[in-house]
Amino acid sequence: MELFFQQVVDGLTTGSVYAALAIALVLVHRGTGVVNFGQGEMATLSTYFAWQLTLWSLPVWVAVGAAMAVAFLGGCLVFAALVRPVAGRPLLTVVTVTLGIALACNSLALWIWGALPQSFPSLFPDAVWGIAGVRLTATAVGNLGVLLCLAALLYALFGRTRVGLGLRGAAANAESASLVGLHVRRMHMLGWGLAAAIGALAGALVAPKLFLTPDMMLAILLYGLAAAVLGGFDSPAGAIAGGLLIGVVENLAGTYVDPLGSELKIVVALAVIFVFLLVRPQGLFGRRGVLRV
Amino acid sequence: MAEGSVSHRAFGTLGVVGCVGVLGALPFILSPFRTFQLTLAVAYAVACLGLNLLIGYSGQVSLAQGAFFGLGAYSASILVDRGDVPVLATLPAAAAICFATGFLFGIPALRLGVLQLALVTFGLSVVLPRVLLKLEWLTGGSKGILVDTLRPPGWLPLADDRYRYLLCLLAAGLAFFVGWRLMRGRVGRSLLAVHDHQIAAQALGVDVTLTKSLAFAYGSALAGVGGVLFTWTTGFVATESFPALLSISILAGAVVGGITTVAGAAFGGLFIQFVPGWASGVSPALSGLIYGGALALFLIFLPGGVAGLLARCGRLLIRVVPAPDDAGGARTSLGTQGVRTVATNQKEGL
Repeated sequence: MELFFQQVVDGLTTGSVYAALAIALVLVHRGTGVVNFGQGEMATLSTYFAWQLTLWSLPVWVAVGAAMAVAFLGGCLVFAALVRPVAGRPLLTVVTVTLGIALACNSLALWIWGALPQSFPSLFPDAVWGIAGVRLTATAVGNLGVLLCLAALLYALFGRTRVGLGLRGAAANAESASLVGLHVRRMHMLGWGLAAAIGALAGALVAPKLFLTPDMMLAILLYGLAAAVLGGFDSPAGAIAGGLLIGVVENLAGTYVDPLGSELKIVVALAVIFVFLLVRPQGLFGRRGVLRV
Repeated sequence: MAEGSVSHRAFGTLGVVGCVGVLGALPFILSPFRTFQLTLAVAYAVACLGLNLLIGYSGQVSLAQGAFFGLGAYSASILVDRGDVPVLATLPAAAAICFATGFLFGIPALRLGVLQLALVTFGLSVVLPRVLLKLEWLTGGSKGILVDTLRPPGWLPLADDRYRYLLCLLAAGLAFFVGWRLMRGRVGRSLLAVHDHQIAAQALGVDVTLTKSLAFAYGSALAGVGGVLFTWTTGFVATESFPALLSISILAGAVVGGITTVAGAAFGGLFIQFVPGWASGVSPALSGLIYGGALALFLIFLPGGVAGLLARCGRLLIRVVPAPDDAGGARTSLGTQGVRTVATNQKEGL
């Protein structure tokens, strides 16, 4: 029984990272209608930048904060330079551009920092607590805490500020929003920047565990996508729920389903995507799209 | 010259024959190593062709071409190594396996939209290498499987590499021909109808999901065929040859080459084969940067790809005017070297 609870706790720890990335994906999708397949690789690049800052003797949290700021700018830049020119074209085109971004970011990280796995300093102290036979690390508490803070901050941003109102307006109905005087393109750009910053945070949370390599976020992106599918691609709350749920389910599956083991836990992510698209495409919390003929 | 006229058709036929002739003569001019590289380029070109057909006809994108490429390669190797299947028979077998797998995985996504298929195929491209690695008893894990490369039969006086090249070219030509006939027929017409106006097509009785599934399955089967050609040429498969990013590289090749034409697939194959070689002279990461950058930049500035660019230059030299009694409207037309999609005078490429 203890093993079960241990796996649940570990699942929540990694699930927080999936949830963070899923929030970024949902943000971009809700704002601009595109799934950014390059979100993971952009996060990798930002995490490498943070790591470089720690090599230059900056404390970890400062490095991560700086990386998030740079990621914000980078996200805005990527949107303005690469996504906006193809904005009017079919969805297919935009998705393919994001794939190009993914490949380019991956290769850029490989080029500048090489393929050797690097160790990233943990954001949280090494403390461990034992509660009812379950090991609770500071990282576990920290990851969940960061996720909750992120959720609270985003809630405050979108619900209580003018900028947030503008973002929501541009996302809900771009045409009407621009008629009312909202600078829609700028809102889209901000959305991408915000998503990039959140992605950087997700990368920094997971890097201590996975070791920093250019391919680090490829699998995490799949988990994030699965979380977004599970929760619903236009629901940030769904993204959080989805991420945590997938983290727990994959851990339990890896432990209790023998053929899977730890290397094939990721099959769970694909299975979730497959099943949900088959049975409930709008996810748990999303709204069903209706087409008027 | 007028479209559809005798001179137009003669010109087109001459162009095709000329190209086939040149391609067929290449192995006798070039060194064995170059021929080997070109054979691999043909293998990648077939995978790009599958993607072109999928994108051009059904407007969907598959991010799993690399995964199916690997699946086809592994199927062929395992059938030869464990099953003692004759080498040439592995082509239809692996194609069938990839067709079935593609059909299966397309089911949930093709009811919905472009994004959903991209999601499922992305998942497939990330998961498959790991599954292949884990199933060591079948796939040899990271050590891979070693098979004999294709040898010409005794009665054919051809060198090994030339035989392989010509056979791969033949297979590629066959794959294209089958696809062409498919798209000229009921499936193609259904796909065009769906592409034009999905709801009207549904109202007219077209089974949208089945049609799109067939297109996706065929594209995946072609990727598998490419994988088989890869195995025939290199004689060795291992998981490192089919990383998750191979799918994106194939997509990049297809886009750079030109998404809607056969010539585009050929350029794509050359791009995928030769760019990493040149780039790794500078740095191993550079090829990825070139792929990614080319993908984004070509989509923004040159959506027709290299083939589209050449076609535009060609149109400057030779004018093809519509036949005098053309009533206008949407009609598919057969280019000299490719099959273009809906000719509604709209966008070229994606």
